[in-house]
Amino acid sequence: MKILVSAKRVSDPNAKLAISSDGTWIEGDVEYVMNYFCENAIECALQLAEEHGDIETVALGIGESDETARFIRQGALARGIDRGILVSADEQTTDSDLIARIYARVAEREAPDLILIGKQAVDGDSNQVGQLLAEYLGWPQATFASKVELKDGEVVVTREVDGGLETLAVTLPAVVTADLRLNEPRFAPLAGIMKAKKKPLDELELDDLELGDAKPKVRIVKMSTPEGRKAGVLVKDVDDLVARLRAEARVL
Amino acid sequence: MTKILVIAEHEKGAPKKLTLNTLEFARQVVAHAGGSYDLAVLGSGVGGVAQALTGYGADAVYVADHPDLAHVLAGPYAKVIADLAQRAGADLVCMSASSAGKDVLPRVAVRLQAGMASDVVGVVQTAQGLAYRRPMWAGNLTGDVVVETPVQVVSVRASAFDALAATGGASPLVEVAADPQAASARVRYVGFEGVVSSRPDLAEASVVVAGGRGLKDRFNQITEPLADLLGGAIGASRAAVDDGYAPNDYQVGQTGKVVAPQLYFAIAISGAVQHLAGMKNSKVIVAINKNADEPIFKVADYGLVADAFVAVPELVGKIKALRA
Ligand SMILES: Cc1cc2nc3c(=O)[nH]c(=O)nc-3n(C[C@H](O)[C@H](O)[C@H](O)COP(=O)(O)OP(=O)(O)OC[C@H]3O[C@@H](n4cnc5c(N)ncnc54)[C@H](O)[C@@H]3O)c2cc1C
Repeated sequence: MKILVSAKRVSDPNAKLAISSDGTWIEGDVEYVMNYFCENAIECALQLAEEHGDIETVALGIGESDETARFIRQGALARGIDRGILVSADEQTTDSDLIARIYARVAEREAPDLILIGKQAVDGDSNQVGQLLAEYLGWPQATFASKVELKDGEVVVTREVDGGLETLAVTLPAVVTADLRLNEPRFAPLAGIMKAKKKPLDELELDDLELGDAKPKVRIVKMSTPEGRKAGVLVKDVDDLVARLRAEARVL
Repeated sequence: MTKILVIAEHEKGAPKKLTLNTLEFARQVVAHAGGSYDLAVLGSGVGGVAQALTGYGADAVYVADHPDLAHVLAGPYAKVIADLAQRAGADLVCMSASSAGKDVLPRVAVRLQAGMASDVVGVVQTAQGLAYRRPMWAGNLTGDVVVETPVQVVSVRASAFDALAATGGASPLVEVAADPQAASARVRYVGFEGVVSSRPDLAEASVVVAGGRGLKDRFNQITEPLADLLGGAIGASRAAVDDGYAPNDYQVGQTGKVVAPQLYFAIAISGAVQHLAGMKNSKVIVAINKNADEPIFKVADYGLVADAFVAVPELVGKIKALRA
């Protein structure tokens, strides 16, 4: 059996971001981290492989080649993923749809039984790629997974949805998107970091994938910083709070 | 001229309020670009829902009633919605960014060869045409995006739009023969473990009492009396959910629910960017935290530095006294 997982880098959510001079992207000394949801997807693949044995795990990263290669090695291969695939692409102009089409082409070549993807990337926050990919492949999906089990050719997934937890059983091959409560991602062991350097990492160009039209469908025309909220007042005590909520805010 | 198809969401035989917020988004697009909108109701035994939506100015209310649509499953829903969009000649399909909308809409986009904008909070006119405004980077940045395909798909952040008021009139009901079967294959619905509550829906409540990790196993004991006194819903930080003090459905934030009530209490919540992403558009924010240095005080209108275990019961007592 084969599992394909996502390994995307994102700018550190705690870093202060500046908007580029053309107003359509971020710039400056941006620190990157592995997208948290991809870490959950990677951990899930590793746990399934440990539990069931005989599962090959492959990580796919799409982006600026040197940096993305580093994230595939450190974030995925060092943790125990068997091998990596890197598709070099300009991160600013690849929308969710183009990413999904790249995944679909790689999936056609690799023929995985299960694709595990982070439910969203914490930069664009679009929450689309897994679902788009499932439709491109004509596969079933189970999104926002907080529990994943493999049983008799099915993947049984508990999903975090509005109102509670839903469970679906999906026939393989399928796409599952990982939510944060799925697991606690492990740290890469030192030995893993050494081993990762020797693990195979295939590099592909967009042209190799014969996407036809490699244009995004959605374009950012302007970025801005939302107006911040101003800090209010510190109240003395509960009486003061009640008085102000009543007289000033008029919400009691 | 735009033709919009709005996908209704419903529960227990009635439309959810976020359908009305999504209709307001559609109204704003029509105000910019001209055109009109249709509604679509999908489900099993949903005639009453459709009837309840005939007074909101839609050209037509399509009803796709089929036993296989009883649960919102992405594959079959996407197929039926895309079929309907083609039949209606829609060039914009929208639904709220609920967990169902997030699950289903991207598949609709692929079927219609459409680009999709997620979690849209506004409609803006730009030199490049009509753009959709959306929060990115946990709401630290805002992007105006243009969808460059003939058909567009949008998920709408309900809390950013008022509910459209009923316009009167009577949209015709149009029953359509839905064909979800082929797309239903290979997915089996196993079950649902719901959060049972008599409180208002978190996404729709005008008061939200949210608790954080600091409340520990007294989460309910502290949040419930205040929520019930104010007729509010209960929310939680991710840490409170992770640690098992609150169900996942309560989570407010970047990856949970986005709320914008009249009054939001953040009790023993530190105010991480991911939490702020879900509540910073609340009208009035009250923070109760024992540590005066926490970032939550930077967004709170009223901050009280105190031990929540003492301050919140006292607050409940004082409000009760006031009302007596
Ligand atoms: C990708 C990603 C997505 C995330 N999405 C979300 C999200 O959607 N929603 C979300 O909330 N978080 C989210 N987080 C987590 C977020 O970063 C914070 O870890 C989380 O919000 C912290 O929750 P907290 O404030 O309850 O806990 P803590 O940060 O531990 O804060 C506890 C607070 O309680 C106070 N306290 C303790 N005891 C008392 C007392 N007796 N009285 C008064 N105050 C007390 C402390 O002073 C402290 O401020 C996400 C993180 C990541 C990486």
